[in-house]
Amino acid sequence: MYRGDLIIMIKMVNVSKVYQGEVKVRALSHINLHIDRGEFVFIVGPSGAGKSTLTRLIIREELPTSGQIIVGGKSLPRLKEKEVPLLRRKIGFIFQDFRLLMERTVYENVAFAMEAIEIPRSTVRERVPAVLEMVGLKDKMSMYPHELSGGQQQRVCIARAVVNDPLIIIADEPTGNLDPDNSWDIMRILAAINKRGTTIITATHDREMVDKMKRRVIALSDGEIVRDEERGTYRNEA
Amino acid sequence: MKLSSMGYSLRDAFRSLWRNKFMTIASVATVAISMVILGAAWILVLNTEYLASTMESELEINVYLEKELTRDAALEIKDKIQKVSGVEEAVFIAKEEGLEDMEERFGEESDLLQSLGGVNPLPDVYRIKALDGDLVPQIASELAALEGIETVRYGQGFVEKLLSLTDWLRTVGLGVIFAVGLAAIFLIATTIRLTVFARRREVTIMKLVGATNWYIRWPFFLEGMIIGFAGAFLAVMSIYFIYGQLVQNISVMVSFVPIMTDQGVLYNIYKNLLLMGTAIGALGSAVSLHRFLKV
Repeated sequence: MYRGDLIIMIKMVNVSKVYQGEVKVRALSHINLHIDRGEFVFIVGPSGAGKSTLTRLIIREELPTSGQIIVGGKSLPRLKEKEVPLLRRKIGFIFQDFRLLMERTVYENVAFAMEAIEIPRSTVRERVPAVLEMVGLKDKMSMYPHELSGGQQQRVCIARAVVNDPLIIIADEPTGNLDPDNSWDIMRILAAINKRGTTIITATHDREMVDKMKRRVIALSDGEIVRDEERGTYRNEA
Repeated sequence: MKLSSMGYSLRDAFRSLWRNKFMTIASVATVAISMVILGAAWILVLNTEYLASTMESELEINVYLEKELTRDAALEIKDKIQKVSGVEEAVFIAKEEGLEDMEERFGEESDLLQSLGGVNPLPDVYRIKALDGDLVPQIASELAALEGIETVRYGQGFVEKLLSLTDWLRTVGLGVIFAVGLAAIFLIATTIRLTVFARRREVTIMKLVGATNWYIRWPFFLEGMIIGFAGAFLAVMSIYFIYGQLVQNISVMVSFVPIMTDQGVLYNIYKNLLLMGTAIGALGSAVSLHRFLKV
C-alpha cells in the first residue's frame, strides 16, 4: 500500500451504473469523487438522484457498469468474491429503518456484529458494554428493541456499526424516521465518532441538519454530481 | 471459519431449532418415519437374502449311479465328482443304506426287501452339497456328463425361481431405499429453507458486517445434521424394539421361517442409518443453502 491510499479512503473514477431492465436506467453517470480519511460527508439530492446506488457501490453490493472504485486501497471491480467480507469489515452501516433483530436484546444485537466476524467471546464481553456506554445505552443492555424509542433504536444501530472499529461509516437516511431532537442526538454521536478519525458518509434528505452541520456536501441530481463543496448547505445558496 | 467460532454456530443452530419448535418436531418426525421405512426395507431385503441363502444351503444334488456298476467302480466316481468345481462335499449312500432309510420311513413292521422279491431296486447315490446355491444348475449339468451316472436331480426349476426372486427383491429394495432417502433429503431441504427464510434479516446483517460465507452457512448445516441425526436415532430405537419383538414372536409362532438375528449385522444397519440420517440432513441443508442463500 503506498502512501496515497492512507489518505484517500474512497476514490471513484468515471463511475457509471446502468440498470438493465425493461427500460435502461442510468442511475449514476461519470462520477468522479475523492473522500479522504476522517472526512464527514453529506450526500444530498432528491429521491432517485443516485444516493443509494452510490452507497451500494461503496459496500460492493453492486459493481459499477464502468469506471474504477477504490475503497481502503482496494479496487472493488477487481476484488475477489472471497475478499468482499474483509472489505465490509472496514465499513459500518446505519439504516433508516435500523434493521435490528427484534427477538434479540440490545446487547445481543451489538454482539451479533462481532460474532459474525468471529471475534472471541471474551473480547465481545468487554467491547459491547463500552460501545453501548458511548451511545448512552449502557443501562438498556438487556432490553429488546421494541421497548426502546426510535432514537434509542438508532443508537443501538450506531453501536452495532462502530463495534468492529470500521474505517468508514455509511449512514443511509439515519434520521429519516426521527424527530428533530433525536436527530440531533444521532448527529452529535456521529460527529464524535468522526472526531476519532472514522470517515463518515451520510445520505440524507434532512435539509436543516445539513445546513447546521456545515460539512462537505455532495449534491446528486439525475445520477450526476451537481455540486461538491466544503462546509456546504443543502441547497446551493450561491 | 475459525474452529473457535463453532460455539456461536452451535448456539445459533439450537436457538433456531428451538424457535421453530413445531417445524423442528415435524421434520424430525418425517426423517424418523423415512428412516424407519428405509431401515425396514433394508432388514426385509437382508431377511429375504438370509431366507434364500438358508434355502440354498439346504439344496442338494442327488446323483443316481447306474445300477449295474460294481461297488468299487461306484466308489471311484467320488474322486471325479469332487473334481467338479463348486462341489463342497459328496456323501456316498449305498443302496442298502437307502433301503434302510426307506424302511424306517414306512414303519418298523414292514419288510420292504421281502415284498420286493429280495431284490433291492435302489441305485447307489451320491448326495452333493455345492459351495454356493448359484452354482447348483451348472454343477448338475457337469455331473450328468460323467460316466457311470444315470440321472442327476436337484429340484430343477425351483432353484432358478428362488434365485431370481432374491435378485428381484434386492433390486426393488434398493429402489425403495433410494426413493425414501430422496424424499427425506427433500423434506429436510424444505425445513432448512423455512429456517433460512425465518432468519433472512440475520443473514443480511451478517453479510453486511462481513461474515464469511462459511460462517453464515454453518448454523444451517448443523441444524440439518441435528434434525437428521435425531430423526435417525428415533428410527433406530423404534426398529430396535419392534424388530426385537417381531423376532421373538415369529420364532415362537412360525419356527420354520428363518429370521436374521445376527447382532453384528443389525448394529451395522443401525450405525449406517444414523450416519445416513446425518448425511441426509447435511445434504438437505446444502440443497437449500445453494438455492436460497446466495452468499
